[in-house]
Amino acid sequence: MAQAQAHSGQQHPVKLYLLAWGLLFVLSTFSYLVDYFGIQGYARWVLILLFMVLKAGLIVAVFMHMAWERLALVYAILLPPVLVLVFVAMMVSESNYTIFTRLTFSSVGL
Amino acid sequence: MAEYTQAETGGTLQRPEGIRGIAADLSSDQRAFKNVSWGKAMMWIFLLSDTFVFGCFLLAYMTARMSTPVNWPNPSEVFALEIGGQELPLILIAIMTFILISSSGTMAMAVNFGYRRERGRTAALMLLTAVLGATFVGMQAFEWTKLISEGVRPWGNPWGAAQFGSSFFMITGFHGTHVTFGVIFLLIIARKVWRGDFDTERRGFFTSRKGNYEIVEIMGLYWHFVDLVWVFIFAFFYLW
Repeated sequence: MAQAQAHSGQQHPVKLYLLAWGLLFVLSTFSYLVDYFGIQGYARWVLILLFMVLKAGLIVAVFMHMAWERLALVYAILLPPVLVLVFVAMMVSESNYTIFTRLTFSSVGL
Repeated sequence: MAEYTQAETGGTLQRPEGIRGIAADLSSDQRAFKNVSWGKAMMWIFLLSDTFVFGCFLLAYMTARMSTPVNWPNPSEVFALEIGGQELPLILIAIMTFILISSSGTMAMAVNFGYRRERGRTAALMLLTAVLGATFVGMQAFEWTKLISEGVRPWGNPWGAAQFGSSFFMITGFHGTHVTFGVIFLLIIARKVWRGDFDTERRGFFTSRKGNYEIVEIMGLYWHFVDLVWVFIFAFFYLW
């Protein structure tokens, strides 16, 4: 059985990993430059989130081999974290309420 | 035996693609994820749980930052470093990011050489990954020391909102712990690869089971996850 397993598992050309590695370097540099040039406002948000998602996608898809896994596993792993966004929406609403009460009723900001 | 059926069933059992494939995987009295071994599936499920842990940490930080009327310290200035008389914003964090990405690159290649059964190269690349990981932790220790000496505490800091301190130590501390455990994990597996445990089918000291080269990929999943978490911390904590 050990013999049969010799060539199993996730095997992909090394060139592909080097390409992903290079792209991650480029994207990280872009992220850093957003801060270096002091881009502010919505442009900053859009750029930071875009580079973040691209980097995360490359790591999960190529380095963690998600692109070649069974669809059942991909969905089992990738869908649950998406639901965290519901939690994010709830906490945004909650923190808006907290800062509102702090500014309205508290003279000392905390 | 049962533990050897991994990674082999996919080749012999023709399964439907797409949504029908998911239904086929999850229905009937059979193991889900078919050709995905239990070791890999369990690592993924552990990583999913870890995703929720880090997700909640970042959420707590977002809530703290959004609900305070006091100014949040500017991370770009807080993490600036003076190099050659010039103040460079966020430079330390950028270097740490590049080091961690590089360690992910070497790890991915180690997995590849592992499946090709090139023992020497696999072990060497894993060792290089461990060295890069340790360098990252070292730089984080430097960053902590610098900030502590400047007066940052879990209950306050000199530049504004007290919540900055607690968020910083909690998030980077938990991530640094993950990297540290990863380095230990890497060294253990690198030693096994180097010694040829997976070629001679030597039994593990703890489980008494024969291992195989897939453990390098499973180890890699953990390591890439640490890098993945850093991508989010970099974006939300240091760039926001």
